[in-house]
Amino acid sequence: MDYSQFLAMKQEIGLLVVFLLVFLYDLFAPRYAVAGTDKKAVKGISTVAVVLFAIFTAYGFCCSVTDNVQSVFGKMYSTTPVVATIKNILNIGVLIVLIQSMKWNASEPQTMRRAEFYELLFITLFGMYLMISARHFLLFVIGLESASLPLAALVAFDKNKYESHEAAVKYILTAVFSSAIFMLGLSFVYGLAGSLYFDEIAAAALEDSGMLIVAMAFVMAGIGFKLSLVPFHLWTADVYQGAPTSVTSYLSVISKGATAFAFMVVMVQVFGQFYSAAWEWMLYALIIATITVGNLFAIRQRNMKRFLAFSSVSQAGYIMLGVIGANEMSLAAMMFYILVYIFSNLAAFGVIQAIENKTGLVGMDSYRGLHKTNPRLAFAMMLAMFSLAGIPPFAGFFSKFFIFTGALNQGSVAMYVLVLIALINTIISLYYYLLVVKAMYISPEESEIPTFKSACSERLALVITVGGIILLGIVSVAYNSILTMTSTPL
Amino acid sequence: MDFLNNFQLNSLMFLIPSLFMFCCGVYGFLTRRNMIAMLISLELMLNAVDMNFVVFNRFLCPGQMDGMFFTLFAIAIAAAETAVAIAIIINAYRISKDIDVKDLTKMKF
Repeated sequence: MDYSQFLAMKQEIGLLVVFLLVFLYDLFAPRYAVAGTDKKAVKGISTVAVVLFAIFTAYGFCCSVTDNVQSVFGKMYSTTPVVATIKNILNIGVLIVLIQSMKWNASEPQTMRRAEFYELLFITLFGMYLMISARHFLLFVIGLESASLPLAALVAFDKNKYESHEAAVKYILTAVFSSAIFMLGLSFVYGLAGSLYFDEIAAAALEDSGMLIVAMAFVMAGIGFKLSLVPFHLWTADVYQGAPTSVTSYLSVISKGATAFAFMVVMVQVFGQFYSAAWEWMLYALIIATITVGNLFAIRQRNMKRFLAFSSVSQAGYIMLGVIGANEMSLAAMMFYILVYIFSNLAAFGVIQAIENKTGLVGMDSYRGLHKTNPRLAFAMMLAMFSLAGIPPFAGFFSKFFIFTGALNQGSVAMYVLVLIALINTIISLYYYLLVVKAMYISPEESEIPTFKSACSERLALVITVGGIILLGIVSVAYNSILTMTSTPL
Repeated sequence: MDFLNNFQLNSLMFLIPSLFMFCCGVYGFLTRRNMIAMLISLELMLNAVDMNFVVFNRFLCPGQMDGMFFTLFAIAIAAAETAVAIAIIINAYRISKDIDVKDLTKMKF
């Protein structure tokens, strides 16, 4: 057997090395070196984890230049430039999440848990890598589960808080339920095609039978749960509210981005020939429901985390526009959308987390008059909201523009109607995103939140995310490099 | 005796019970209010899926082992899921002294 083939899994091996180093440091370093000190958040394990992961992210960018398809495990796993690029995009997001969570991890209740947060987080990321690279449903399911089970443990991480446990129970029960439905769909696919390899299922030239439609619907429902598409979104708001804010931000951007990409691979590679016969219309209905319901429910939320949960439900609908477009341009647009969404959403969560760490407040009402006491945080939050809503100079506008163009490239009248509905929903979403800006800038009340100085790790994360929001749209290098990448095979 | 001599197993004899098992699981998950009972229902669903894979493998493509391997891995995954879920339920029990899902209603809408 040729063991050198495993060297194709560069990013997985790199992540595993990071995980093992963090684990060994946790195991053998003395207690004070792991926990750090409460006064300065930049000590101990969090620094080790962030530095190691930053090196790994840079390494990922260096080694992703090979432009051929490499397969491992008898073609169960394959890596291509597109796959490597989406992994790099996720790495950037994880790095920002790690920097944001340094302060929280140095707080008193967390230090006794040492490095557990980082270990669980890296394992979920490893699962997402496998899910993205999988070209066989067995590896896909293993990746999906190893991405979602440690996440349940992370949701329950705030051991002394009741909401954390309620959220974890809701998350694990719906996650297992959805994966059971997903696997039932897979068993039907296996019964029809006699294989679990993506390319063999596609080559089996299945008939357009009732069983196939049921199988496809189950597969879509199962992944739809993870993506929180309406009508499978009911767990989202509760879990986002109850989980610790670092975990919520991880769940809302990284988990969602990875699953969206994996969903696209499954739909295009396995069921590509039934695009117009079956799944185009299923996804069409899901997208309209997701964007509309997500928007309408976001309007009435008063808790910032719940509000961003419903906002992320509707953003998932926009990401799905890249899947329904089913062409190269919409693939590039989807990856760019995920990248921009990572920066905008993490900027919003960074502000929420800075305020929550200091005062414990997460209600939208307590943000009134924030610009008088904390002008910089209010400014960062405003840019995040503008970018999420898609106001022109910021990155969010360009990502929405590209994803609409990609969907329109598909060319049918139905797609024009879908984009029109999405555009109307963008205007609705502008209303509730601006509610936050209004609370911060226009409300005359005195702020409940006193002036404070946030930790330097939080400031660093905010500078990175705000820089991304401003630059990604104007500087076209990111989009261009993604677009040239997507002309290579998936 | 003639009936027994001509008796042949076919895949439907296994698929219908497995589908019935899956539906029982879904029904139990939706109606039970005890978290442990809900977890048992989830196990029923996962086991029904495992049975499906084995049956399809045995009757439709006996030459290869894809379905069997998938089943083996699915059993391991189901065990991991149960372990994590039980741990979370025990923690919830320590805080609320009850494992009825009716009590988990602090966060809504």
